[in-house]
Amino acid sequence: MITKRIIPCLDVRNGRVVKGVNFEGLKDVSSPVELGKYYSDNGADELVFYDITASYEDRTIFTDILREVASTIFIPLTVGGGINSLDDFDRVLKCGADKVSVNSGAIKNPDLIYQAAKRYGDQCVVLSTDVKRVDGTFKVFSKGGRENTGMDALEWIKRGVDNGAGEIVLNSIDTDGVKGGFDLEMLSAVCDIVKVPVIASGGAGKIQDFVDLFNKIPDVSAGLAASIFHFGEVTIRDLKLELNKNGIPVRLIK
Amino acid sequence: MIAIVDYGVGNLFSLVSSLKKIGVDAVITSDKMVIENADKIILPGVGAFEDASRKLFNSGLAELVVNQAKQGKPLMGICLGMQMLFDKSYEYGEHKGLGLIRGEVRALKDNLSEKYRIPHIGWNALKFSMPKSPIFKYLEDGDCVYFVHSYYATNCTNSVVATTEYGFDVTAAVASGNVYGCQFHPEKSGDVGLKILKAFAELE
Repeated sequence: MITKRIIPCLDVRNGRVVKGVNFEGLKDVSSPVELGKYYSDNGADELVFYDITASYEDRTIFTDILREVASTIFIPLTVGGGINSLDDFDRVLKCGADKVSVNSGAIKNPDLIYQAAKRYGDQCVVLSTDVKRVDGTFKVFSKGGRENTGMDALEWIKRGVDNGAGEIVLNSIDTDGVKGGFDLEMLSAVCDIVKVPVIASGGAGKIQDFVDLFNKIPDVSAGLAASIFHFGEVTIRDLKLELNKNGIPVRLIK
Repeated sequence: MIAIVDYGVGNLFSLVSSLKKIGVDAVITSDKMVIENADKIILPGVGAFEDASRKLFNSGLAELVVNQAKQGKPLMGICLGMQMLFDKSYEYGEHKGLGLIRGEVRALKDNLSEKYRIPHIGWNALKFSMPKSPIFKYLEDGDCVYFVHSYYATNCTNSVVATTEYGFDVTAAVASGNVYGCQFHPEKSGDVGLKILKAFAELE
């Protein structure tokens, strides 16, 4: 039986993990390589590296880091942030990324998903979408969740999958940062309209939130989170043991 | 030395890095001399079957790989590289494979109910056929590996050495003499994957 994936997300700027990370026993907690290795050793099923640098020069630092990560950590790596063209896909795939996550780049150029899926395969293209309720409907937001595009989120996601996105990351702006649990209603709506794997993001505050996620929406394939792992509030090992205890299939590290 | 066949598809960075990590000498190459002189061959691949097989046949590397395998050199196909070992694939039409292992490649969706998501992405447990294939000698029952695929090998019962449960027993690995294939990605399957690559590297 396929296991449910637990995916920590690392925001990287100038070659360092941002968002205060607080771990005992790690020499350099803001090193993407050390932190990635720590998560991998503790049972992370995949890692997402989000490039939040702005300038072209900093992009080189990011790809150098990515290459180092991919030479030492042998689990799937997804890269997002600043992916606007096929050249961007090429740049990160050559450095060891397995999947590439598109968000604003696909909003600016909807053809990007189709082009990338055609060249690299559906399995390589992850559509990441920031969604917020506006007047009772789900709307797509861009620019890191600041700007309402006016697009209907369910239509947008359906179209992305039709164009070749092999996986969806659904980030609920409504639950993000609140730590009150995942947005089960929104996730359920998305799982109903697409048949590719859906990854839940936004809202995880404690272990029980993941138990509820997979128990209540068994269609969800994975849970993604950042701060609860970074701050050491929840270790992936403990989380997976608890999921296992609740009858949710997970990969346990021996 | 292991030759990783470079025919213009796929991300080979992790594969060569993972072999390096376990102390195995490997080179990414399309040079026929290098492939002929290697002890073993890995045929990687991601993306679409038609595009990949066209590149492999047009470059002349298909013929070389088949000949090398027929001379007894250990060969491992990974993911799409495994699917290429078969007679044919029905991914968007009908396309010829290398014909090193009897069987064919078909769409998962044709054999799955609505509740199974496609692609089959994620970590899934291996069930081994007995006697256990030498490439799994360091593995234990229930070890998980990383899959990402929408097509699977079928009508190949005699060569199946591991399956995984995803709605049905999906072909996870095959072997026929010196020719091996993994549907999953050993180079992305953590320590379990490294153990498979190590066992392959140790084959005589």
